[in-house]
Amino acid sequence: MENEKVPTTIITLTAGVVITLVSLWVGQNHGLMPEQASEQAPLVDDFFDVMMTIGTALFLVVEGAIVIAMIRFRRREGDDTDAEPIIGNLPLEAFWTAIPAIIVIGLGIYSVEVYRDMGGFEPAHHLVAKADTPAHIASMPGSAIAAPLVADAEGMESDEAAASKGAKYGFGAAPQREGQAADLVVNVTGLQFAWIFNYADSGVVAGELHVPVGKDVQLNLSAQDVIHSFWVPQFRLKQDAIPGQPTELRFVATKPGTYPVVCAELCGGYHGAMRTQLIVHTQEEYEAWFEEHQIAQQQNPNQTVAVNPADLSESEFLEPYTTKLGVDEKTLTQLHSMHES
Amino acid sequence: MTQTETAPQSQATSHSSHPTAWKWYDYFTFNVDHKVIGIQYLVTSFVFYLIGGLMAVAMRAELYTPDSDLLDPNLYNAFLTNHGTIMIFFWVVPAAIGGFGNYLIPLMIGARDMAFPKLNAIAFWLVPPAGALLLGSFFFGGAQSGWTSYPPLSLITANTAQSMWILSIILVGTSSILGSVNFIITIFKMRVPSMRWDQMPLFCWAILATSILALFSTPVLAAGLTLLLFDINFGTSFFRPDAGGNVVVYQHLFWFYSHPAVYLMILPIFGIMSEVVPVHARKPIFGYKAIAYSSLAICIVGLFVWVHHMFTSGTPPWMRMFFTISTLIVAVPTGVKIFSWVATLWQGKIRYTSAMLFAIGLLGMFVLGGLSGVTLGTAPFDIHVHDTYYIVAHFHYVLFGGSVFGLYAGMYHWFPKITGRMYNETWGKVHFVLTFIGANLTFLPMHSLGLQGMPRRVAMYDPQFTAINQLCTFGAILLGFSVVPFAVNLIWSWMYGPKVGDNPWDALTLEWTTSSPPEIENWEVLPVLTHGPYAYGMNGRNGKGLNPSAPTSGEPAVEAK
Repeated sequence: MENEKVPTTIITLTAGVVITLVSLWVGQNHGLMPEQASEQAPLVDDFFDVMMTIGTALFLVVEGAIVIAMIRFRRREGDDTDAEPIIGNLPLEAFWTAIPAIIVIGLGIYSVEVYRDMGGFEPAHHLVAKADTPAHIASMPGSAIAAPLVADAEGMESDEAAASKGAKYGFGAAPQREGQAADLVVNVTGLQFAWIFNYADSGVVAGELHVPVGKDVQLNLSAQDVIHSFWVPQFRLKQDAIPGQPTELRFVATKPGTYPVVCAELCGGYHGAMRTQLIVHTQEEYEAWFEEHQIAQQQNPNQTVAVNPADLSESEFLEPYTTKLGVDEKTLTQLHSMHES
Repeated sequence: MTQTETAPQSQATSHSSHPTAWKWYDYFTFNVDHKVIGIQYLVTSFVFYLIGGLMAVAMRAELYTPDSDLLDPNLYNAFLTNHGTIMIFFWVVPAAIGGFGNYLIPLMIGARDMAFPKLNAIAFWLVPPAGALLLGSFFFGGAQSGWTSYPPLSLITANTAQSMWILSIILVGTSSILGSVNFIITIFKMRVPSMRWDQMPLFCWAILATSILALFSTPVLAAGLTLLLFDINFGTSFFRPDAGGNVVVYQHLFWFYSHPAVYLMILPIFGIMSEVVPVHARKPIFGYKAIAYSSLAICIVGLFVWVHHMFTSGTPPWMRMFFTISTLIVAVPTGVKIFSWVATLWQGKIRYTSAMLFAIGLLGMFVLGGLSGVTLGTAPFDIHVHDTYYIVAHFHYVLFGGSVFGLYAGMYHWFPKITGRMYNETWGKVHFVLTFIGANLTFLPMHSLGLQGMPRRVAMYDPQFTAINQLCTFGAILLGFSVVPFAVNLIWSWMYGPKVGDNPWDALTLEWTTSSPPEIENWEVLPVLTHGPYAYGMNGRNGKGLNPSAPTSGEPAVEAK
């Protein structure tokens, strides 16, 4: 087993150096992750890079040993004898038990560190208050599609109430912001098959999430019908929205741009179509967007022109409501076909 | 590992009036012979493998384009639910534990049958109705909420189909519990008197660990599913959030079984590996005790890792951290096994039979599956890739590259024992090459899909992922075709293959000491252990055939320096 021991020959030493260099290079240049757009993303990526480095090294060593064994120790023509029996080697076995053990314990400690920096421990502070959190209303079977659309405002209020009582799972503030309120709080409701974003302080409701760059944003996640999962790949963050169980996701976006919001938990036939966008604005852009939406959604009777609903076509009548709810034509088509099927 | 030869103990069988071979129709009856039951399990599960595989190919065909244009999205979800369910509950588990376990355990420990033969038959005959119930659910729309069947989705979609799905799983779960009890008692009570614990083949250790695990965890799944069944049909509200229920409790109950279920699927395969590798490398297994104890370690630690499936769910922070650590620890005993098999190959005289090719292929693929498993064990990274194609890639490397490769290795290895005939090696190798390329082509690119942002269980996806998905689809079609040489080869060889002797591999475990196929009640005279199960190259053996009467005063085993 000379090749399994601490390198003593030039060949194994060279192989060790090459494997180390290759692993380090792969760890830094794998290019597997999408771009980073939140404060959490570099933390996760650095951690992943370390795992890639270690993983590449282990992969090369073990697969290399397999391939070398396959070539060097193949049966030669005409040789029907058994190999020399080697039934064990305690130091070697202790070595290859200890090394992975040390690696995984090291990764475990590192992961706790990353997890804390991401804000993972913060929601725990509210855990005591969990018992008296009212479960908010989820829809009954059969009404899963229609009811939430009508009842969402009510649902979100109960969310807020629950949030204020504080029982939260998910990601809270990063350690440096612990105890501070978020700059922006958005109540997010998942329903088959859309996300609704409710800017609690101002009453703005949207089907896309707009946030300013560099601000501490807190999402209070809830689900109306089934479990959904809020995921922004570029943020490396994901949290289930669970009926009856408010959860929280807090992040700071670091780069203006448009990113996909993906539902990651199977939520029905059109689960794959439950996608929307997260738009990270500069502060000025965000304020402009916000103002525009606030005006558009304000109920100002002086500016309202009275029309007889009977004169409007169905789509004209529904149009303002769908805008408010963030339901676009695609979603509606899908909802219709769901109902028909 | 050697043992001093003991005087032969003649135990003449009192069943000499019995027929010595089964007729074909015996395999369709309530037969109590463990070998018949083993074959019944193997054939039934293989049929389900083909059904589950066709569903997979249909799903991959749907994913050839980003839009949902081939299958109706609800049908797609029914396929993905039943594909997962069938592959786990009707293919890998029944084939590995029910099939190989039943066939081999009594033969390997020198018993005439399982401890409770009728219970054994009952356990098998629960499987076909369970399968029929599952497939019948398609007439009612098919269960659509994934093999996890999380409420509330499972409460509001296709109620009849969902109920049939639940009853089907409860039936196979019952079968699994009955089988586990039988295996544990058989291994404890029915070994030939001359077999010490440390002379028991490693496959028996693996089945013992598996059975203990199944016995602990399966009832919890049955409980969770029963409550779900009540919620769906009888108006209870265990998991109904609108009536005070808690959906996260279901996830705990479900994963308390279903994480260990992955060990139920892989531990017996580890056992198969430990039998196949030494025989075809002509070397004793390296680190027998380490492999045996690591099976037990995986069994114990495996019961405390289930929450890693719930890192993004309603999971408090301390739990995320505790289960990160416990999950990572499972990698250690698993790594010990991998290193031991590599060390068994090292300095061996490797015969490249089809069985060995699949065993080495398993090693190669399992290393990658294991490494990605370690990354998934850590909460911060898992949160990014949870419920994405990275997960799909990981568990297919473990369950296809691991379990299915292992089942193939086992089928080739024991085919001459089961049928008395030899399969065609050339076609076996063609099968291996197609499978190995197909599997890697299908599952390797999925890692990238998941990391980049494609969720799993979707019938429609973002067009930027089209190219990689098409690559996966090509791989899946190749993988589908790879089954053809296997099925044809085995069926043809079973009927017309050249007859082989009792021990074509010159293997040392007890099942090779009886005739091929083994007679009813296994041996005319029960065997006596004269050497350990892996004494290759020891006791003066040179590989020229097993000779139980050979002198045992040969050289002692060599410890590597």
